[in-house]
Amino acid sequence: MAIESLKRIMKSAAVSFWRNGWLSTATVLVMVLTLFVIGGLVLSSVLFNTILASVEEKIDVSVYFLPNTPEELIINLKSEFQKIPNVREVAYVSQAEALERFRERHKDNPVVIESLQELEDNPLEASLNISAIDTLKFQDIVTAIEARQEPTVDKINFRENQLAIERLSKITTASKTTGAVLAIVLAFVAVLVTFNTVRLAIYTARDEINVMRLVGATAWYIRGPFLVEGIIDGALAAVVTTAIYFPIIWFLAPKLQLFLDGVNMFDYFVSHFFEFFAILLGTSVVLSVLSSILAIRRYLKV
Amino acid sequence: MIFFENVSKIYSPTSTALKGVTLRIQPKEFVSIVGPSGSGKTTLLKLLTVEERPTEGRIFFDQSEVTMLRPKELPYLRRRIGKVFQDYRLLPTKTAYENVAFALEAAGHLTKEIEHDVPQVLELVGLTEKIHHFPHELSGGELQRVAIARALVNRPEVFLADEPTGNLDPVNTREIIRLLLKINELGATVILATHDKEIIDSLDRRVVALEKGEIIRDEERGKYII
Repeated sequence: MAIESLKRIMKSAAVSFWRNGWLSTATVLVMVLTLFVIGGLVLSSVLFNTILASVEEKIDVSVYFLPNTPEELIINLKSEFQKIPNVREVAYVSQAEALERFRERHKDNPVVIESLQELEDNPLEASLNISAIDTLKFQDIVTAIEARQEPTVDKINFRENQLAIERLSKITTASKTTGAVLAIVLAFVAVLVTFNTVRLAIYTARDEINVMRLVGATAWYIRGPFLVEGIIDGALAAVVTTAIYFPIIWFLAPKLQLFLDGVNMFDYFVSHFFEFFAILLGTSVVLSVLSSILAIRRYLKV
Repeated sequence: MIFFENVSKIYSPTSTALKGVTLRIQPKEFVSIVGPSGSGKTTLLKLLTVEERPTEGRIFFDQSEVTMLRPKELPYLRRRIGKVFQDYRLLPTKTAYENVAFALEAAGHLTKEIEHDVPQVLELVGLTEKIHHFPHELSGGELQRVAIARALVNRPEVFLADEPTGNLDPVNTREIIRLLLKINELGATVILATHDKEIIDSLDRRVVALEKGEIIRDEERGKYII
């Protein structure tokens, strides 16, 4: 009996989807729009976070050591610094490495290279580059290092860069908040549009629902086909949306690569394809089924 | 047996559909409810299928008090009562066959039974040839016959007809009334709401006359007098 009913509900949903062709198409298209916005939010948040992370990575503070400070001492301090709260990473740059980097940076400037060659000693200092988990709290890290009053520390470049670091940190934080708010607003609008479309679709079927009640159909038997139709709509919309994103990302990926430290968006999309599709499918099916249940409720009373 | 006990239905302070109606209908009876538009005929029928609930009073169908039924129990009540309307109320996206089959499907009958019963009942109303037509391909008389077949297919104990001939010409009207009499002969209680004088006069059955929500006359072999 239950299986028979289930079969009937499925069949009735498929038939009604087909016979109400235009309404089904309109509903699916609106859901495609919704999913397009939601997919866009998912992808742009990945994009955004990658860019922000790469900016944050570049914010660091260097602690310079007097020339001839023994390497073991610096290595020792490195592990000490690592224990300071909020420190993400400490990287050691030896004197030789610093010189190498300096040369590399100024290789197009013969005057600098020549004057460097005239010097007998390496004039550059070894350093520890410290990056923070929360770049807004660099101040605390620097204070902790300063409090140790290490005799071998020459200077910390935080003070001169303080303003720039703090400003950049504030910008990244503000961007994250703005992004989140924007995402919520857009998602809300998209959900509302879908909900209203489904409601309209069910509104057109209100006489039908009335007749079903009249011939003695139970509430679940009436609801069933609408829910199954909701699932069909949702699944179709997810497939269509994913298909639309393919060429768009393929086209945009090379242009975005510059901002993304060489990460190719299309490769990312392909490797996360199933996650992406699952998010869209889940969103659309849950959305349309929930909308159907809510919309049909008022017609099922008595 | 159907029993309305002092039933009132007040939609709003300015709109009272029924006032203190008490009415007893025996099994296998053929009763016509007559009265002008707005006299409460439709409301009376709606109360029996619990599409509306009375403001006052109680309604019994067999042993059960329908006014006390919970929403979950209503589908089972409605399967025992067949109902047709002036505007047919067929599902526009289903064929004649599917419309009739739907009532059986909803009641959970087996596919085998449905395939057996539906053509039979469509034959009874004389629609064998248009079994796979959609409602928009059928005439008014044919639509009403599909509706009757749908109401009939669950073998209801009571058959309610709310102005079933309101949109039909005299030939089709006679045909529908002939079907209602046949349904009654086959053992169902028939309650016919109408304001068609000719029908009532030709039937020569019990007539209950309503006016402004009150029963003004109840005659065993009645004529249409208002």
